[in-house]
Amino acid sequence: MKKTVQVQNICFRYPHRGFELRIRDLCVDKQEQVAIIGSSGCGKTTLAYLIAGIYVPESGRIIVNDESISDKNDQERRDFRISNIGFIFQEFELIEYLNLEENILLPYFVNKSLTLTREAKEFALELAAAAGLAGKHRRKPGELSQGEKQRLAICRALVTRPAILMADEPTGNLDPETTQSVMQLMKEQARERNTTFIMITHEQGLLKDFDRVIDLTESADKN
Amino acid sequence: MRRILTLTWRYLAFHRFKTLILLAALTITMFLPLAAHIMITYYERDLVARAETTPLVLGAKGNRYDLILKSLYFTAEDPESVTMAQVNTIRNYAMATPVPLHVSFTARGKPVVGTTLDYFEFRDLDVASGTLPMILGDAVVGSLAADELGLKPGDKILTDQTSLYNIAAVYPLKLNITGILAETGTPDDRVLFVDIKTAWIIEGIGHGHQDLVTTDDEAVVLERREGAVIANAAIINYTQISEKNIDSFHFHGDQSEFPITSVIIIPDDKKSGILLRGRYDLSPTEQILVPTRIINELMGIVFQIKKFFDATFALVCVAAALFITLIVLLSLRLRKREMETMLRIGCSRMTIFRIHATELLIVLAASLVTAILLAVLLLMYAPDIASVI
Repeated sequence: MKKTVQVQNICFRYPHRGFELRIRDLCVDKQEQVAIIGSSGCGKTTLAYLIAGIYVPESGRIIVNDESISDKNDQERRDFRISNIGFIFQEFELIEYLNLEENILLPYFVNKSLTLTREAKEFALELAAAAGLAGKHRRKPGELSQGEKQRLAICRALVTRPAILMADEPTGNLDPETTQSVMQLMKEQARERNTTFIMITHEQGLLKDFDRVIDLTESADKN
Repeated sequence: MRRILTLTWRYLAFHRFKTLILLAALTITMFLPLAAHIMITYYERDLVARAETTPLVLGAKGNRYDLILKSLYFTAEDPESVTMAQVNTIRNYAMATPVPLHVSFTARGKPVVGTTLDYFEFRDLDVASGTLPMILGDAVVGSLAADELGLKPGDKILTDQTSLYNIAAVYPLKLNITGILAETGTPDDRVLFVDIKTAWIIEGIGHGHQDLVTTDDEAVVLERREGAVIANAAIINYTQISEKNIDSFHFHGDQSEFPITSVIIIPDDKKSGILLRGRYDLSPTEQILVPTRIINELMGIVFQIKKFFDATFALVCVAAALFITLIVLLSLRLRKREMETMLRIGCSRMTIFRIHATELLIVLAASLVTAILLAVLLLMYAPDIASVI
């Protein structure tokens, strides 16, 4: 099976924080749906940021889609990230002054390597419809429910047709019912679009539907 | 750039009240120094123009600013008066035309200027409707004063009581409006003109009352002597001059001793002006002033004050800049998560800087445009604003 993510002998340290994350070997296959779990503070979010190229390891290599992002410069990593990795955050992180459609298209507004075409706009509306947000494309985040906000965040993460959908505790702020529908949406969309899905979570109840669960507490050597 | 402008516009429109407050604060900061400059320049031009058309002013020794401001603009405190004898003296020198001015009273708040017909010729004043004052009690009104008071020829207007608490004071005189002057854009537009004798009647030097010789009403007669009738306080004094009672108006005393505020002197030539000034150089009680010099002196003081205000404005601008910096810093702090989200998605720091810089530039540009528009409006309406001030 082709690998989407390969983490090889990486070491990462936060300056002045005394935290060190070491991972010898971690791989995620193409189109695989993986949950990363681990105790609080074990480095789950840090790993997500390393895979996304937001952080750069001190040593070792991270290969995403056959490209070593550790060897790229800032600009290259940003351009790579915006077109290859879709991020979903726990707190949704929507832009309050943009409407639903503009929030979905945010990656196109903030990075000039992407071109905002009619097709991109149509795809954004298609994603909104698939997420049950049809007809709400002029609404601002403040006019949406919590569940709708997270669905909107999922649409934003998918709008650039990324190779990897990375979700960092995406259901942390949702009630159980909404959690189920959001989980279903993420997994369905990832499957439909042949996207690798990596989700960081600490909710044991959500793990059963994943292809694989990686416990970072076991995979990482950390101080 | 279009994408950055879209984001910027959406942010400003979403936070429209915050944006408007910032825009208003910046506009005021930019407009105030402009407004001060425009108004001072206007005042200077206005003051100097009036002074340049008035060759010399004679008045009592004392505050020269009050004398010039009262004689040219009919404002300021009443200077010490001189007598009508000064007009005769100047006339007797045969070197200039003297124009007396008596500016001590008001009618519904507008100065009542007592003068002679020479003044209208000197200032090139024409009537837009009606006629110039022909007889005692007539008044002609400046265009702005007529507009503000709603006066037209044929109307009446009472002069203002000089002191509410003085029961022995002269009664106000009802003036007959005979004409409205054409607009000149000068202080003449804002006053009423009467004949100098009417001004003396307003002052109480001249008056009219029922005829004591022929009256049957003995209640008003205190004593009858040979050739004289002494009236008591019950005598009816006329408060309006009409065709019926005009003959009863008279002055007690020598008219050359009657007070006037000042005399505008129109010398026949430059030399005559110099000679006249020389003759009054050593006068202990009168002075002849050159209005342009006094106004330039006054403007010198105004410009000193303006320098102080300019320095104050500079400090205000620095304070405003600091406030804006603080607002921007607080705004950045409030938007930290938004910026972090953009960074995590794949936005560069430079793009984030551009977004914030564009927001600030748009607000600054909008404030500058608004301040300039206000300044243009101020330029257009400076005369009206100046008249209100």
